[in-house]
Amino acid sequence: MIKEVLKQLWKDKFARIALIVLGVIYFALLTADFIAPYSKDFSDRTMAYVPPSKVFTIDENGKFSRPYTYNYIREFDQDNLEIKYSLDRKTKHYIKFFKNGHLFSTDRGGRIFLLGTDINGRDVFSRLLFGGRISMTIGFLALFVLFPIGLLYGGISGYFGGKVDMIMMRFAEAIMSIPSFYLLIILASILPSGMTSTQRFLLIVIILALIGWAGFARVVRGMVLSIKNQEYVQSAQAIGASKFRIITKHILPQTTSFVIVAMTLSVPSYILSESGLSFLGLGIQQPDASWGNMLKEAQEFTNILYRPWLLTPGFLIFVSVLAFNLIGDTIRDVLDPKSKVR
Amino acid sequence: METIKYIIKRILQTIPLLIIVSLISFFIIRLSPVDPLAELKLNPSVSPETVEKEKARLGLDKPIIVQYGKWAISFIQGDLGVTSTGEKVSQKLAERIPNTLLLTTLVIFLTWLVGVPLGIISAVRWKTPFDRLMTVLTSIGMAIPSFFFAVLLLMFAVKTGWFPIGGLTSPNFGEMHFAAKIIDISHHLILPVFVLFTISLAGLQRQMRANMLDVLDSDYVKFARAKGVSDNIVIYKHALRNAVNPMITLLGFEFAGLLSGAALTEYVFQYPGLGRLILEAVMKSDINLVMASLMMGAIMLVTGNLIADILLIVTDPRIRSRA
Repeated sequence: MIKEVLKQLWKDKFARIALIVLGVIYFALLTADFIAPYSKDFSDRTMAYVPPSKVFTIDENGKFSRPYTYNYIREFDQDNLEIKYSLDRKTKHYIKFFKNGHLFSTDRGGRIFLLGTDINGRDVFSRLLFGGRISMTIGFLALFVLFPIGLLYGGISGYFGGKVDMIMMRFAEAIMSIPSFYLLIILASILPSGMTSTQRFLLIVIILALIGWAGFARVVRGMVLSIKNQEYVQSAQAIGASKFRIITKHILPQTTSFVIVAMTLSVPSYILSESGLSFLGLGIQQPDASWGNMLKEAQEFTNILYRPWLLTPGFLIFVSVLAFNLIGDTIRDVLDPKSKVR
Repeated sequence: METIKYIIKRILQTIPLLIIVSLISFFIIRLSPVDPLAELKLNPSVSPETVEKEKARLGLDKPIIVQYGKWAISFIQGDLGVTSTGEKVSQKLAERIPNTLLLTTLVIFLTWLVGVPLGIISAVRWKTPFDRLMTVLTSIGMAIPSFFFAVLLLMFAVKTGWFPIGGLTSPNFGEMHFAAKIIDISHHLILPVFVLFTISLAGLQRQMRANMLDVLDSDYVKFARAKGVSDNIVIYKHALRNAVNPMITLLGFEFAGLLSGAALTEYVFQYPGLGRLILEAVMKSDINLVMASLMMGAIMLVTGNLIADILLIVTDPRIRSRA
């Protein structure tokens, strides 16, 4: 079945582009240590808010040259009361490839900031790669927590029926009745401060999962209700299989194609939730990077106007969410040909 | 008569739901290690008597179940306590809720006005270039993070100066006469409405298109066509009526999504709504305010679903007869 899905994905023009885009992004994130010229925590305080480095391949005599770049010098303009950056044309810094375990770097004293720097003089390009590792995996991890819970909850509720079903469903409905974003920020805000970044990361995964399971469990319950009266379930009951076994081995596997579709379609919403949370400062915290908390700097007008390179994480979120949506749509068309939402 | 009975039954069902919601929210908030009165105690403009009154009202020295009981009783009586700045929570909510309702109802109205026709056209012209274009556009609309879009629009507003930057009213709002006030508010509303509109339009258009495609594929539409009924009548009289019904159920969900989505947009645009209120309250760990706005959000959501259900009874005779 997986082979068939992949074949169909490749046949669809949009889905193929989306697959390639995501492949490139994930490959870059995986090899971030190699591709990024600086580490996640590298910071050069004298280089705050430096614009993207200019890379030259034609030197001042109009001849081709090895690619080189100039450093920026920061000056304070007394008349206009603003900080200006100009190229330090005295020394050329040649770009070296495959040196010191990095894809590209500059010689000693030179700095290369492909996408400029942030307030602490950290390289935006490098942080995009390291931050992407968090932003692009947190959604998947949340799904892997959420789906077993939702499946089991919906399975038990639907299979047992009656009072159990009523109580369990009322509880799920209550969770769904709280606007999800409100619940999200409240849960995030009660996280104690002073956790290590790994602990915080894991707790945010759990919080994201806590928000989403109820809606999913409800749909599963509906499916279980219609499956549980089928003959093979009755025969399993007749030979004395335990209830737990019937739910997990006989009923839930029937929902597989729905689960796959629901999973691919909900990855983007978790990427968006995480970035929204971090954007507000309640998610992944500095000095760790995530695309959401990098965008936090875009909350200041001066940054939006004069330092547009700080907006790049937003475009990456957009591109990857779009790619996931296109893939999800195609998978749904393949696994669930009846539905025409496209 | 049957309809009214059903509606009353449906209204009564929301009560246990809200009680469970309040229990969940109460315990989540009490899980936090913060002293609920810390801010209040530190605020010099709040008298010690107020703090004592709050302490007694919340029953902080008693077990958590008693605290919940105390909270529930005063909530029903309409006493929501004071914020950390000493203002009344109920007054604060009364300021903010209408603003959020204004924003969300405007957005829902506009998305329906545009999204439903676009969905119908897409379905009728299935697989034509127009339909393809709509699919691409809606994919894009669904992928933009709302806060990022808001930031970009804010950038646009700052650069061009065509739109006010955030807020709901201009500083000199108080001195304006009535017509100028309305113009001022609408001017401030354009950007936040546009952000939420773009994002929810995409989902709505797709849903409408899917429903319409389903209905157009059904036997009675095929029969009507075979009978020689004109295309317009088939689409607008037979198909549309049936395709719109599931959309009404969606109305409730849309409202829920908007309440959540609006929070970030309100935050970026500094819009004085419930979403930003709860955000500020959470950041200041203002427990009374968080609890009350959480409940208000839930009540609004449940009411939204209720209205959608009642509308459905009105429009769909099948449900009426079943009830």
